[in-house]
Amino acid sequence: MVFDTILSKHVSDSKNGSLLEEIPNYVGKDFSSDQDVRWCPGCGDYTILKQVQNAMPDIGVRKEDVVFISGIGCAARFPYYMDTYGLHSIHGRAAAIATGLKVTRPELSVWVISGDGDSLSIGGNHFIHALRRNVNVNYLLFNNEIYGLTKGQYSPTSPQGSTTKSTPFGSLDHAFNPLSVALGADGTFVARAMDRDPKHLNEMILRANQHRGTSMLEIYQNCIVFNDGAFGLFTDKQSRPAETIYLEHGKPLIFGKDKNRGIRLDSYKPEVVDLNDDISPDDLWIHDEQDSYKAHLLSRFFDTPTSGEGHFPRPFGVLYAVERDCYDDLVCKQNLAILEKKGEPDLDALLEGPETWEVK
Amino acid sequence: MTKHSEYRDEVTIRFAGDSGDGMQLTGTLFTNTSALHGNDLRTLPEFPAEIRAPAGTVPGVSSFQLHFGSKEIMTPGDICEVLVAMNSAALKANLDRLKRGGTIIANSSGFDKKNLNLAKYPEGKNPLTDGSLADYNVIEVDVTKLTKDALADSNLSNKDVERSKNMFVLGLLYWMYDRSLESTINFLDKKFGKKPEIAAANIKVLKAGWNYGETTETFASRQVKVKQASIAPGKYRNITGNDATVLGLVAATKQSGLPLFFGSYPITPASDILHGLSRHKNFGITTFQAEDEIAAISASIGASFGGTLGVTSSSGPGVALKGEALGLAVMLELPLVVINVQRAGPSTGMPTKTEQSDLLQAVYGRNGESPVAVVAPKSPADCFETIFEACRISLEHMIPVMYLSDGYIANGSEPWRYPQVSDLPDIAVKFAPKSKEDEKFLPYKRDERLVRDWAVPGVPGLEHRVGGLEKQDETGNVSYDPANHQKMTDLRRNKRDKIADFIPEQEVDSGNEQGDVLLVGWGGTYGTIRTVAHELRQEGMDVSHAHIRYLSPFPKNLAKLFSGFKHVIVPEINDGQLVRLIRAELEIKATAINKVEGLPFGVEELKSRIHNELEMLNSKENSELELPHGI
Repeated sequence: MVFDTILSKHVSDSKNGSLLEEIPNYVGKDFSSDQDVRWCPGCGDYTILKQVQNAMPDIGVRKEDVVFISGIGCAARFPYYMDTYGLHSIHGRAAAIATGLKVTRPELSVWVISGDGDSLSIGGNHFIHALRRNVNVNYLLFNNEIYGLTKGQYSPTSPQGSTTKSTPFGSLDHAFNPLSVALGADGTFVARAMDRDPKHLNEMILRANQHRGTSMLEIYQNCIVFNDGAFGLFTDKQSRPAETIYLEHGKPLIFGKDKNRGIRLDSYKPEVVDLNDDISPDDLWIHDEQDSYKAHLLSRFFDTPTSGEGHFPRPFGVLYAVERDCYDDLVCKQNLAILEKKGEPDLDALLEGPETWEVK
Repeated sequence: MTKHSEYRDEVTIRFAGDSGDGMQLTGTLFTNTSALHGNDLRTLPEFPAEIRAPAGTVPGVSSFQLHFGSKEIMTPGDICEVLVAMNSAALKANLDRLKRGGTIIANSSGFDKKNLNLAKYPEGKNPLTDGSLADYNVIEVDVTKLTKDALADSNLSNKDVERSKNMFVLGLLYWMYDRSLESTINFLDKKFGKKPEIAAANIKVLKAGWNYGETTETFASRQVKVKQASIAPGKYRNITGNDATVLGLVAATKQSGLPLFFGSYPITPASDILHGLSRHKNFGITTFQAEDEIAAISASIGASFGGTLGVTSSSGPGVALKGEALGLAVMLELPLVVINVQRAGPSTGMPTKTEQSDLLQAVYGRNGESPVAVVAPKSPADCFETIFEACRISLEHMIPVMYLSDGYIANGSEPWRYPQVSDLPDIAVKFAPKSKEDEKFLPYKRDERLVRDWAVPGVPGLEHRVGGLEKQDETGNVSYDPANHQKMTDLRRNKRDKIADFIPEQEVDSGNEQGDVLLVGWGGTYGTIRTVAHELRQEGMDVSHAHIRYLSPFPKNLAKLFSGFKHVIVPEINDGQLVRLIRAELEIKATAINKVEGLPFGVEELKSRIHNELEMLNSKENSELELPHGI
C-alpha cells in the first residue's frame, strides 16, 4: 500500500500494528479449507492442490496475506479449497483481476490459477499482457489439453486432429505452445512441471514464488475423464526417461534411462546425441536460465516421437528466469515519486482550478 | 460617426474554422472572459470525427458554440446569431446553425479558389459574392492579411504568424461585445512564458483585432453589451463534465479516506476522464490503462476486493464488454463505479455524437437478475456531485453503481460554484473487523441495510472465498439450493431497493408541485427542459419540470409526485427508455418525446413537440369524454 489510508490503517491495526508479525509454524494442512474437494476421483488437480498446500508453509507469508484468484474451468475451483483469501472469478479474467489487486496491495502474495482454455482461449489477451507487464504474481497454468468442465471439447492446446465432442472428425486448429507464447510475450519466468512428479512440482512452485515478476508455471495435468493419458508419454515409467528432460541451471542437458543421451548445440541447431567416448557431458548444451535465445529453442522442443527425425524430449523445469522491473513496483515507485514531487495534495486548490471569478 | 451600444440579454456565437485554426481555444478564451464579466453561459464544442482530416475540407471543421447572457442561460443555444467562419468549409458546415438574418464574420482569405475547391463549392461559385447569403449580414474581414500586417515587423516564421490569426478574430469579437482583454493577455503571457516573442505577437494581434473593430466603419454602431447575470454569489470557475467527473472522483477518494484505482481503456468520449485522473496520482489515485475494456473492469474489481475503491470508465460499446464482469461485482457485493459517457449507438454508432440510449443497458443489461444502482448527472458541473454520490452509494451499500454521463455534458462546459472541501460530506466505509477467536467469519452476513462487511485480504481470521457462483446466505459457500437462490436473488434486489432510504426524495425543479403537465427528464437534457418549462409557463401554461438523478432505485416519492399531474411527458435523446421504466416500474401513464439524431433537443424544437403532444392528448381526452354520446 503506497498511501496512508483507512485501508492501510485497518490492515495494520488488525495485525496489532505490525506488518512484520512472526510467521506461524504452518503445515500444509493449515491451508486446507473446510470445503469438500469436488474434482473427479483421480484428477490431476488433487496432486497440484496438495503440492501447493505443501509449498505454502515454505513461502514465508502469513496466510491472511495470500490470495488465490481463478477464472473458470475445473482448475478454477482451486481457491475454494485453500484456507486463504480467494476469488473465483469469471472466464479468462483472473490475470486482470490479479493485476488490479497486486497493484493496489503489493504486499500480498497473489496466485493465479488457470487452465489451458481459461488462459489461452478466452483469457489469452490478459495472459500475454500480464506477462509483458511482469506483474508480480504466480501464474499456475493447469494444462490438460481439453475442456473438462464443459465436458470434453478440444482446447487451444489440444493437438491438431484431436477427436473430441466438438470435433468428431478431428480438430483442425494448430495447437498453442504455451511456453512459446509466454516467452513471446516477454515473460520473465517460464517453467514446466507435471502432476505425476509431485516432488519436482513442489520445487517448481517454490521457484515460481521466489521469482519477482509474473512466474508462469505450466503444469501438465491429466484429465482422467475426457483426456486420460494425454501426457502418458511423459508420465509413464516406460517412456518417461526417453521423452522428458529435466533442466537444471548450469548443468548439461542429459536424459535417458541410463543418463546416456544429451542435447548438443551445433551453432544454433540443437541435436540429440549419445554420450560415449567421443562426446562427454562437457560437450553438451549447458542450461542457462537467463539465456532467452536458448529458452526459445527449449520451448520449441514440442514435438512427438511420431514426427520422426530430430525428435526431442520434452523439457521440464525452469526454461527461463530473468530479473526485470515488475509492474506493481513501477506503479508504486511512480506514485511515490509524484507524491514527493507534487507534495501533499491540496484538494481545495484542485477544485479551484487555474481561473476563477467571484460573484458578489 | 458616433458609436452607440445596444444592450442584449443573451447572445449565441459560433466559432468555426479548420481544425488547425484554434477555434476551441478561441471559444474557450471568450468563454472565460465572459464568465469573468459576470455572464451566465453554456458552451458546446464540436470536433471533427477524424483526427487530422485534410485542412480546408468540411470534415476538418471544428466549431465551438457559446451562449451567454444577463439572464439564466441553461443551454448552449439552439442556433447562433453570429457565425465566425475562418474558411469556406466552416461556412458550409455551419450555415444551417445560423439564424436567418444573423451575422457572418468571414475570413475572406479562407474563401480563395483553393479553399472553395477544398470545401467542394461548385466551380466558380463563391458564397460571399454569389448572393446566396442575401438573408444574412455578411462582414468580410481579411483576417489572414491583417494578422500578417500586424506582425510585419516581427521575426516570427510565416507559420507562427498564420497560427496567431485566431487572436485577431478574438480581439475583434471582444470589441464587438465590449469585453476586457485582460484575462486573455494574462493567459497568453502564462502559456508562452518561455517564448515571450510568441506571447507578444499574439497579444499584438489580439489588440489589432480590437482596434480594427473600434476604427473600422463596418463595425460602427455594432457594439453589443451583455450585462452581468444575477447569479448566486460565490466563487466560480468553468468546468466540463469530464473534468467535473475527475474532480468528483478525487473528492470521493479524499472524503472516504480510501485509495482509488481507476482501470480504463481509451474510448471516445470518455478518455478525458482517464487523462484527467492520471494527473492526480498524488491524491492516492492509481490509474491503469488496461489491455481492453474487460481487463479495465476486472482489474478494478481486483482492486475493490483488496479494499480500494475500484472505478472503471467507458462508453456504450465498452460498457457492453464489461457486462459479465459487472455481474461478478454484483455477486461479490463489492464497491465498483462504472462510468458510461454515452454516445450514439448501437455498435460503434456515432462516437462523437451524444445520446441517452444506454439507460436500459445500465438498469437491465446483464445476464441473470443483476441489480445495480444507476445515477446520472444533469449538467457539466453536476457531474461532480453525481459521481461523488455514485462513489458514496457504492461504498456505503457495497454495490456496483453505473454512472451515466453523455457526450453532450462531458464536453460541454458551464460555470461552477465549486465547493470547499470542508463543505463536502464524508463517505463512511465499513471494513469487517478482525474476527474473534473461534468465531467463524461469515462474509455474507448483512446489517439492517442488507449490506455485507468489506473483508479485505491482510486481516487475520477473515480468510474467505468469494466468486461468481451462487453463494449460500451468510457463509458465502457455493450453493445450488433452490430456496437459497431465491433468497439471495431477493436479498440482492432488496439491498439495491433499500438505497432509496438513503437518497433524497425527488423534487420539482421548477413549476408547481402538482398541476397540468410535468416534464420529466434525466441526464444531459436538463438545461433544455428547464428552459422549455420556463418559456411554456411564460406562455401561460401550467408546466412543471422534474429531473431524475437517481434512476435505480428511483426516489421513493416518484410515483406519488407523478400522480399529482394530469400529463407526464418524458423527453429523451433515445427511442424511449426512461419512459419505459416509468411505465413498467411505477405503472404511470407517461408520454414519450424522443429524438435520435446524435444531437440534443433544441429549445424551440422541444417546445413545439410538447405543444403537439398536448394537443393530441387533449383531443383524445375530449373524444373519450364524448364517447358515451357517440355510441
